[in-house]
Amino acid sequence: MAMLEFIPQLGRRALQTVPGLGAASRFLLSSLLSVFNRHFSFQQLFRQIYGFGVRSLILMVVAAFFTGMVLGFQGYYALVRFGATSALGTLIALSLLRELGPVLTALLFAGRAGSALTAEISSMKATEQLSAMEMMAVNPLAWVVAPRIWAGIISVPILCAIFDLVGIFGGYLISVPVLGVDGGTFWAQMQSNVTFSGDILTGLFKALCFGVVVTWIAAWKGYTARPTAEGVGNATTLSVVTASLTVLGLDFILTALLFS
Amino acid sequence: METRAIDWWVGIFVLLGIAALVVLALRVGNLSGFAYDSGYVLHADFTNVGSLKTRSPVKIGGVTIGEVTHIGMNPKTYMANVTMRIEPSIKLPIDTGASIYTQGLLGEQYIAIQPGGMPQNLKSGATITMTQGAVNIDQMIGQMVFSKAAGSSKSSGSQ
Amino acid sequence: MAAEALVELDNVRFARGSHPVLAGVDMHIPRGAIVALMGASGGGKTTMLNLMAGTLRPQSGQIRIAGQDLQKLSEDAMYALRRQMGMLFQHSALFTDLTAFENVAFPLRRHFRLPENLLRKLVMMKLEAVGLRGAAGLFPAELSGGMGRRIALARAVVMDPMLIFYDEPFTGLDPISVGIIASLIKRLNTALGATSVLVSHDVEETFSIADYGFILAGGKIIAEGSPADLRASDSALARQFLGGQPDGPVPFHYPARQDYAAALRDSHAAGEVL
Repeated sequence: MAMLEFIPQLGRRALQTVPGLGAASRFLLSSLLSVFNRHFSFQQLFRQIYGFGVRSLILMVVAAFFTGMVLGFQGYYALVRFGATSALGTLIALSLLRELGPVLTALLFAGRAGSALTAEISSMKATEQLSAMEMMAVNPLAWVVAPRIWAGIISVPILCAIFDLVGIFGGYLISVPVLGVDGGTFWAQMQSNVTFSGDILTGLFKALCFGVVVTWIAAWKGYTARPTAEGVGNATTLSVVTASLTVLGLDFILTALLFS
Repeated sequence: METRAIDWWVGIFVLLGIAALVVLALRVGNLSGFAYDSGYVLHADFTNVGSLKTRSPVKIGGVTIGEVTHIGMNPKTYMANVTMRIEPSIKLPIDTGASIYTQGLLGEQYIAIQPGGMPQNLKSGATITMTQGAVNIDQMIGQMVFSKAAGSSKSSGSQ
Repeated sequence: MAAEALVELDNVRFARGSHPVLAGVDMHIPRGAIVALMGASGGGKTTMLNLMAGTLRPQSGQIRIAGQDLQKLSEDAMYALRRQMGMLFQHSALFTDLTAFENVAFPLRRHFRLPENLLRKLVMMKLEAVGLRGAAGLFPAELSGGMGRRIALARAVVMDPMLIFYDEPFTGLDPISVGIIASLIKRLNTALGATSVLVSHDVEETFSIADYGFILAGGKIIAEGSPADLRASDSALARQFLGGQPDGPVPFHYPARQDYAAALRDSHAAGEVL
């Protein structure tokens, strides 16, 4: 009998996702537009860019470095069989610029900054700080949520560009000094095969989309969390998981659209 | 943290991002390439374009002077029609030839231009008449095998 | 009540989903009074505060503040009205990332462009009024419960509101802090010429400062009047609440399926070892 119970439950859940998505979209739009609200503070925005962007730098640089180096190794062992190691530079650059840069930056961001964002907003909600703001006639979306969402949107592409660069450099370090690929060929082939608008800009555009999505989900999960200790913990976990899966799904869609 | 310090760090962060973008653009990509948008248009018909794509380079003596902008098919002549943009400073005589070669053995295909010797130059929108289509490896192998077989059957008599 | 009413509720109904919380409440709160709102837990007292502050909307009925119908106000007008209200939340709701000073300064900074030294004077004045000028630089985590409550109180009154709400201001505090908060509520109300609405369980402390009280039960006001009137009320429910009697119209036992004696007999008969 418990089996039969799960089907209407699933149906109920599915039916809730549509209005849920609508509410979440309204939330995002209101937050983004509240840049024009009296209570939006650029000082708050800068604080959040510092908190999300600047403080994620070390994480991104280290991750990018290792990613680039691994790409160098794996790429080398794959290409050396065809005598095509001259394409290693291109392989590393395109992999990073088109896919690994945006996606890994977004996933790491979701884990580090997204979870912090959700925890912060949900505990502010649980301790009635958001209600207090409402009572003081300060729009909590403008004061708390909007600076954080905009900070994410601004930070993620910047982090991605830095990730790409550091990753390529890491790949270079492995390919040329260590594995002995010719340095000139490495860069020359890369330069002739990587286009600014086709590869670099589209990768950054992806990063921008991911930035919006990750911060949106993180803020929404925090805003709608149940105001208990358990609720905060749940919301934080759910935020990272949902954001990560959405990034991967969105990556598929964007790749199909942009690189067809 | 104090507002002033935060502003500094955020400023540095944004600058780093822009710098990364610039380095990527110049050193990794080929933004330093010229804008083909100001170039002039030439057409060429080929029997076979092989694996030529839009954005494939157009070269003279190995140096890129333009790119392919459109590949279509002429329904009347059944020839592949290629449109390309050429750098404006390069003028080509009207008896210029265009062939489709392959980079290395398995590389991408490009259009190689052999400039002619006539005094008049091709104007924008003109068509290159002397063309050589892409070499089809399968056909070549088939011909080779056929001529080998024909050669051996002639010398050893009929089977 | 000869004084003109600042807050009026007319036949207000509110339900959470299908569960009714308020079933037709009529209330008139006169200007300048300290009014108490009492009743059992979950009876809808906090809901009433939210309705009066405009953060919740009733299903039917009208709520008027200073003659303005809350439902008819635009969002901007509502925010403008809220600038004249202050609220002390049950757990203070201080902004944990700001110092006590910055917490109190928050509404001033958001709504006005004051020169820094004027702002400083105003904030210090309010902190002095609650006796915590010396704690201005501390963060909420460093404050005791009572101190945090007082900072929140300073923040609630920093813009000299005409209407102040207190959501369980005495809950969880030691007797000294309770006494301090109670006297502050009374003094501030007089000093600001404001009207205060106090939601509380603490009958003694509340009655010592309130001019008028309402007892809420079953979604309706079952008794109202001055503290003396309420104590002399002939409503059994009011008497049980005010006297703190364990049993009465609000039963001691949560309804169970069986009478206890019958339940014991059944389990004994079934061979369970007690």
